[in-house]
Amino acid sequence: MTREEILTGLYEQTLVGNGPEVLSLTEQGLGMGMEPSTLLFDALIPSLEEVGARFERGDFFVPEMLIAGRAMAGAMERLRPLLADTGVETIGKFLMGTVKGDVHDIGKNLVNIMLEGAGFEVIDLGVQVAPEKFVSAIEEHQPDIVGFSAFLTTTMPMFKANINALEKAGLRDQVIVMVGGAPVTQEYADAVGADGYAADASATVKRAKDLLAGKRALVGAGA
Amino acid sequence: MPTSTTASSSNSPSPAEDLSTQEPSTREPSAQDPRASRVAALACGAIAIHIADIARRRGWPVDIHPLPPLLHNHPHRIAPEVEAHLGGLAAAYGKVVVAYADCGTYGALDEVCDRWGIARLQGLHCYDLFAGAERIEEWLADQPGTFFLTDFLVKSFDRTVWRELGLDRYPELRDDYFRHFTQVIWLAQDPAGELREEAERVAARLGLPLTVISTGDGALESALALLLAC
Ligand code: B12
Repeated sequence: MTREEILTGLYEQTLVGNGPEVLSLTEQGLGMGMEPSTLLFDALIPSLEEVGARFERGDFFVPEMLIAGRAMAGAMERLRPLLADTGVETIGKFLMGTVKGDVHDIGKNLVNIMLEGAGFEVIDLGVQVAPEKFVSAIEEHQPDIVGFSAFLTTTMPMFKANINALEKAGLRDQVIVMVGGAPVTQEYADAVGADGYAADASATVKRAKDLLAGKRALVGAGA
Repeated sequence: MPTSTTASSSNSPSPAEDLSTQEPSTREPSAQDPRASRVAALACGAIAIHIADIARRRGWPVDIHPLPPLLHNHPHRIAPEVEAHLGGLAAAYGKVVVAYADCGTYGALDEVCDRWGIARLQGLHCYDLFAGAERIEEWLADQPGTFFLTDFLVKSFDRTVWRELGLDRYPELRDDYFRHFTQVIWLAQDPAGELREEAERVAARLGLPLTVISTGDGALESALALLLAC
């Protein structure tokens, strides 16, 4: 198999969520001396981006997203330590959780995979995360960004509750707050005082990078 | 005044419905059309049968126009789909109501209803309509990992949940979906019927304990009465 064929195969097999084949192609690629970052950036990430685009268009529904995400997550398990060894730098630390009272987590998990693929260190607090838990995790892990995910009309108000808790703990200025989930809009994100919102996983990566660059520029300028 | 209640399919529009426009219609229904003295309920397919039952019981002159219940899995399509049917119905009927709750449209359905000056059922989703919003909130506060069933969902579980979530093709995904769930509550409209076994089978497939709460359709009836009085 040529390197080109490995990349094409990885792209196509991730798209259809064929986990075992994605893992096998990853192994073969590594065996041929391909860079872990090449496998990631030239095949896996573009494939998951295409999955997201197909979901947007209505060609894919949740199960197709899930199996593709699982296939990519399997390859990431294999690549993660290698990426660290080859000196691919972590671009930032992202703390993520589904808000209290909500157990929807598929969207959040996909965002996590893409963030990790893009070089973020992701700490996932899981579902039903109470404001106090976000606060103590921020104190412990000192993330650059914290992400709140919510899917129910009744749990969206937790964004505000979380932000209030951060303010009360004196942490609001230390961390960038991003919010997302099916019911969330930019307007709603603005209304609760979040720093950023994104509608899907690829957009989250882009927005997170932009927000981080903005913050670092400010800090660099001594602001 | 006609009192019979019919469930007609909205897939085959009547001539009047062909006049459907995307703009709120100012056309008055024709006096000869028997529908001019009846009410059209544009209803979610998941509650259409209950609405038909209630209307029949109460002798309300309501014609049910159901939309596909699977729209719930694609809630961004609900408001446009409702709006696409309103023109035709408003042109033919004396009154039109939207027998949907918010149903995951996150306000989009309200925008359509406001634009047309038409009312919808109160509440966030059909669980509210059967059990009342406060009780639903209490159950979710007590156990956030609660998955609700209605008679419709019990009956159609294979099609509307299992297959839609791809579990027929990828059974290994069950835990990805339901890992954090702790119980199933069946809000039973008819708990004495044959659905009990089916509800137990559903809960077993999800690997969760089942609680049966008998709700009947009284709360929906009150919500519907309010809607028709609007
Ligand atoms: C799959 C699903 C489920 C699964 C959840 C499995 C899981 N583990 O997550 C199951 C079947 C178990 C389920 C259960 C329920 N669900 Co549900 N569910 C859905 C459904 C169909 C899809 C959600 C989804 O996963 N989408 C796929 C992902 C990839 O997209 P996404 O979620 O939008 O995520 C993307 C973005 O939002 C963004 N994003 C996500 N998180 C974050 C975070 C940050 C920080 C950022 C920046 C971005 C971001 O990136 C993601 C990736 O692209 C939606 C309807 C819909 N189509 O939206 C209903 C929906 C959300 N559910 C709903 C309801 C009502 C329920 C139940 C109450 C139903 C019941 N019978 O009991 C329970 C509630 C459970 C509970 N106690 O919380 C309603 C909510 C309505 C409302 N007004 O609140 C919806 C809208 C369906 C409807 N039309 O009524 N559900």
